[in-house]
Amino acid sequence: MASSSIFGLCGALLIGMGLYGFITHPHLLRRLLAFNVIGSGIFLLFGATAARLPSAATDPVPQALIITGIVVALAATALGVGLVLAYARVTGRTTLPEDGAPTDPGKPPR
Amino acid sequence: MSVSLAIVALVTAPLVAALIAVILPRWGPWLSLLVVAGNAAALVVLIPAIVSQGALTLPIGGWQAPLGITLRADGMALAFLTMAALVMAAVLVSARPEFGGGGEVTETRRQWAFWPLALLLWSALNVVFLSRDLFNLYVALELLTVSAVALVAIDGKADGLGAALRYLMFALLGSLAYLLGAALLYAQHGTLDIALLADQAIGGRAAVDMMAVGLMTAGLAAKTALFPFHAWLQPAHSGAPAPASAMLSALVPKASFAILIRIWFEALPGLATPPLLVTLGAMGAIAIVYGSVLALRQTRLKLMIAYSTVAQIGYLFLIFPLAGGDSYMQPWAAGAWTGVMFHALSHGLAKASMFLCAGLWIVAAGSDRIEAMRGLASATPMIASAFALAAVTLVGLPPSGGFTAKYLMLTSAFVSGQYVWAAVLLIGGLLSAAYLYRPLAVAFARDGDAVFKPVPRLAQAMPLMLALAAILLGLASQGPFALMQIGRPSSAEAGLQ
Amino acid sequence: MSATLPILILLTSLVPAFITFFLPQERHSVRNLLNLGGAVLKLGLIVFMILEVVQGTIYETRISFAPGLYLLLRVDALSLLFVSLSALLWLLTTIYAIAYLGNKPEMSRFFGFFSLCVAATTGIALSGTLISFFIFFELLTLSTWPLVVHKQNAKSIAAGRSYLAYALPASAVLLIAIIWLESSVGPVEFATPANLERLDDNSLRMIFALFIAGLGVKAALVPLHGWLPAAMAAPAPVSALLHAVAVVKAGAFGVMRIVLDVFGLERMETLGVGLPLAVLAAFTILWGSARALQQQEIKKRLAFSTVSQVSYIVLGVALASPFAVIGGLVHLVHQGLMKITLFFCAGIFDERAGITRVDALDGIGRQMPWTSVCFSIGAIGMVGLPPTAGFITKIYLGIGAMQADAPWVLAVLAVSTLLNAAYFLPLVYRIWFGDAPTPVPAGGGPTERPLGLIAPPVITAFASIAVALLAASSFSPLAWATLIATRDYLR
Repeated sequence: MASSSIFGLCGALLIGMGLYGFITHPHLLRRLLAFNVIGSGIFLLFGATAARLPSAATDPVPQALIITGIVVALAATALGVGLVLAYARVTGRTTLPEDGAPTDPGKPPR
Repeated sequence: MSVSLAIVALVTAPLVAALIAVILPRWGPWLSLLVVAGNAAALVVLIPAIVSQGALTLPIGGWQAPLGITLRADGMALAFLTMAALVMAAVLVSARPEFGGGGEVTETRRQWAFWPLALLLWSALNVVFLSRDLFNLYVALELLTVSAVALVAIDGKADGLGAALRYLMFALLGSLAYLLGAALLYAQHGTLDIALLADQAIGGRAAVDMMAVGLMTAGLAAKTALFPFHAWLQPAHSGAPAPASAMLSALVPKASFAILIRIWFEALPGLATPPLLVTLGAMGAIAIVYGSVLALRQTRLKLMIAYSTVAQIGYLFLIFPLAGGDSYMQPWAAGAWTGVMFHALSHGLAKASMFLCAGLWIVAAGSDRIEAMRGLASATPMIASAFALAAVTLVGLPPSGGFTAKYLMLTSAFVSGQYVWAAVLLIGGLLSAAYLYRPLAVAFARDGDAVFKPVPRLAQAMPLMLALAAILLGLASQGPFALMQIGRPSSAEAGLQ
Repeated sequence: MSATLPILILLTSLVPAFITFFLPQERHSVRNLLNLGGAVLKLGLIVFMILEVVQGTIYETRISFAPGLYLLLRVDALSLLFVSLSALLWLLTTIYAIAYLGNKPEMSRFFGFFSLCVAATTGIALSGTLISFFIFFELLTLSTWPLVVHKQNAKSIAAGRSYLAYALPASAVLLIAIIWLESSVGPVEFATPANLERLDDNSLRMIFALFIAGLGVKAALVPLHGWLPAAMAAPAPVSALLHAVAVVKAGAFGVMRIVLDVFGLERMETLGVGLPLAVLAAFTILWGSARALQQQEIKKRLAFSTVSQVSYIVLGVALASPFAVIGGLVHLVHQGLMKITLFFCAGIFDERAGITRVDALDGIGRQMPWTSVCFSIGAIGMVGLPPTAGFITKIYLGIGAMQADAPWVLAVLAVSTLLNAAYFLPLVYRIWFGDAPTPVPAGGGPTERPLGLIAPPVITAFASIAVALLAASSFSPLAWATLIATRDYLR
């Protein structure tokens, strides 16, 4: 098995685990962590695509994109953590109140 | 040269101003006005240039795709940019009293945070409308989401924070789905530039492409708040302060919708199959009916307007069955495509106007219950006129941009024999008339003893300006129609007969 | 000139409308000058245009919105009939409204929408395509609503609600009809016959029915008439506008356009839709009269009378025989003159003497002679007695019915005349021969001043007799209707 395939499979596994965590845990901080796990999986997968052409040299573009993506995810996480903290401080809760099904926005990424 | 400068200015001016406003908080309100002026100047340069020369492409720093990022100013981009500029101008001017443009000494966190966030949001919007790179679009979309979420939470109260968190959760999953889709597309094609993708993917319906585009569509639909993904919209839009709601409702969904259009009509038009198109259209149709019925049941003004947004977003997705896929070769596709664009533009103007009206009315009446608006029409005639004109546009009555949109969409639905969508359009129009009539009728009723806080004239004029712009879009629709044909995706080329 | 004149005619009411919106309440003289000036100017331009049209000038203006969506203003004989009627009556109603409303609040809003309403009516009259017609038709709906709810009390808000609840679904139906037709045959211009061959007969029948349903709300065809009696909550000048100048007339005019210019009389016959329409109109005539008989409020009685009278117009074109069409066309003018007289007078009775109910009319004739005379003339005209305008209409419709081989229509006309007499003549009797319940207070009786209040009904009452007496002259509405029918629509 080529190393790129192993990376790809690991990425898929991380995405699956993260998604499971995102859906099953109502705790907001856990959800943010789950979001980061999914993100890491996607980045890993993205990185694996750099080697999709065995003959040519490794494609540098995905690395640039991944770095940008990590920064974006970091920013979103920081905002999320800030909001969770403020929310916990104001309401004393760490989960969103249930009404409807806000946790499942449709098609799960596979 | 000046044209390239104008394109760059559209993207960078709000961004730079936002950063300065973080460092120098007092400058926020003034910097915003400067950006409004700069943006207007850039559009004044760009629009004639596009009209005379056609769509303009600008590889940033001279780096060509696939390595560099390309910005392209076509008719659709300019139409959205102009709409956003009008809405932002009105929002930034009306936000001055609430967020400390008046020179008051007390500086609070919300007054400090509003200006950079609004400017960041604007910058992200402009990038979304101009960019031709799917990853760049991702970054812009994230910037947009982050600033929008922060705007929802700006008051720091429990409701706002909860709404912001719910919005963030939806948006994060949406972004991940989009990102995964982009990664898959890159793996397949080695580029994320829309034009290059279109060249590569001609005719093919590879399974990977389908999966990638499916993921991206789901993610973008969640961010647009299309029907099953709408749960976050109503608390977020109704919980934010009125100027923020205006931006959130009028502009933010349009950004993710614009990316959807870029993907389905420009990057990979060959992927659309009739069942897919009908599914997207059906979700739109359900959104129209569901959102309208819920709007009808609300007793609070901002909630009603927020549900109305859920419904109005549904109309946007009728573009897929009416103009997408194989039907792009049909003569009606151009009409349908442009009709939906007209809807997006006039909804943006009218909905922003309506949220600004609601904000002023809530301040004047001291409550956001619709019943509390009794007698406000006589006290604030300009707001009442603005609300009424915005309602005319949203219902799609002539003469307004909403009517032009409805006419074009109805005609293509009839010509193509898709009567179901025509019925949805008409029922949606009647339902929106029903729910928008209530606050107007209440405001019109005379009530002797109600005492309202006075509303400054300038603040009243802003929503009226937006509503008039929405009407004007219908009265002078020839110009915008022609503009939007410039650089329109070749997949929707032939004219409407 | 020929391209700008229709626009100018529209602007004579649009410009005053927009300026009036921004005038402060206390600028009475500017507001009055603006509205009256606009009305006079419009009338002048129309007279000029009639003279030019007689010489063979064609007026046509196109404004394009989007491919397939354009506004066409085109002047033909039929539009001239309607536009000159509405311009004349608008001038009189403006004079009346200024005197009637005097110094009440929200005058700028009222006159702004009043002018907008007339601009929309003018647009309807001058429209050369279905979609232009639709746009102005909707503008009329929207600009009438603030007038209906003008008093802003619970009753008028309810009336406004009922008005929109009827009018907006109707507009959706009308839009379906237009787009269904145009998606098959292309944009329909009234001047050139549409190529209806592309649709099969059943589709055409459906489209015709949709058109009638969409227009029937404004034309107050039973069972779509419910909003009209409710709308009586509005001030008297608005009632005059609704019943005689704009709204109801626009509906009837629309039916004429559809029958005469879109489908054509022959096609209507071959499709077999003329008879059902005539039956519907006949039923509306009888139903409206019967309901009018039950009303004890003067304005409600007049409203149901309108329901009945407007259907004479529809009946005329539905019968499709030469005399019937002429009768229908001319009734557009006649009904307008007579009904506006009645509403002017009812408004004066209400405003000056506080009379709103039928039984309060007893003996008012001696106190308010001018108003009473005008009201009586209007009432007699509605019944159709000579020498009034109503008589001419009924004669033409009767002959037309015989030409169309529809003798049952004669029975309808006879019964309706009896009913008309039954609900109008008692009013006239009470006015002149009833006993005034209380002795007239010395010197303090109700006044019929200022002149602006009483002059308009006197003029319209006089006109409604004049058009009958001078029917044979070449300038009468009858002559004009005959010209329209024989030149443009009958072969």
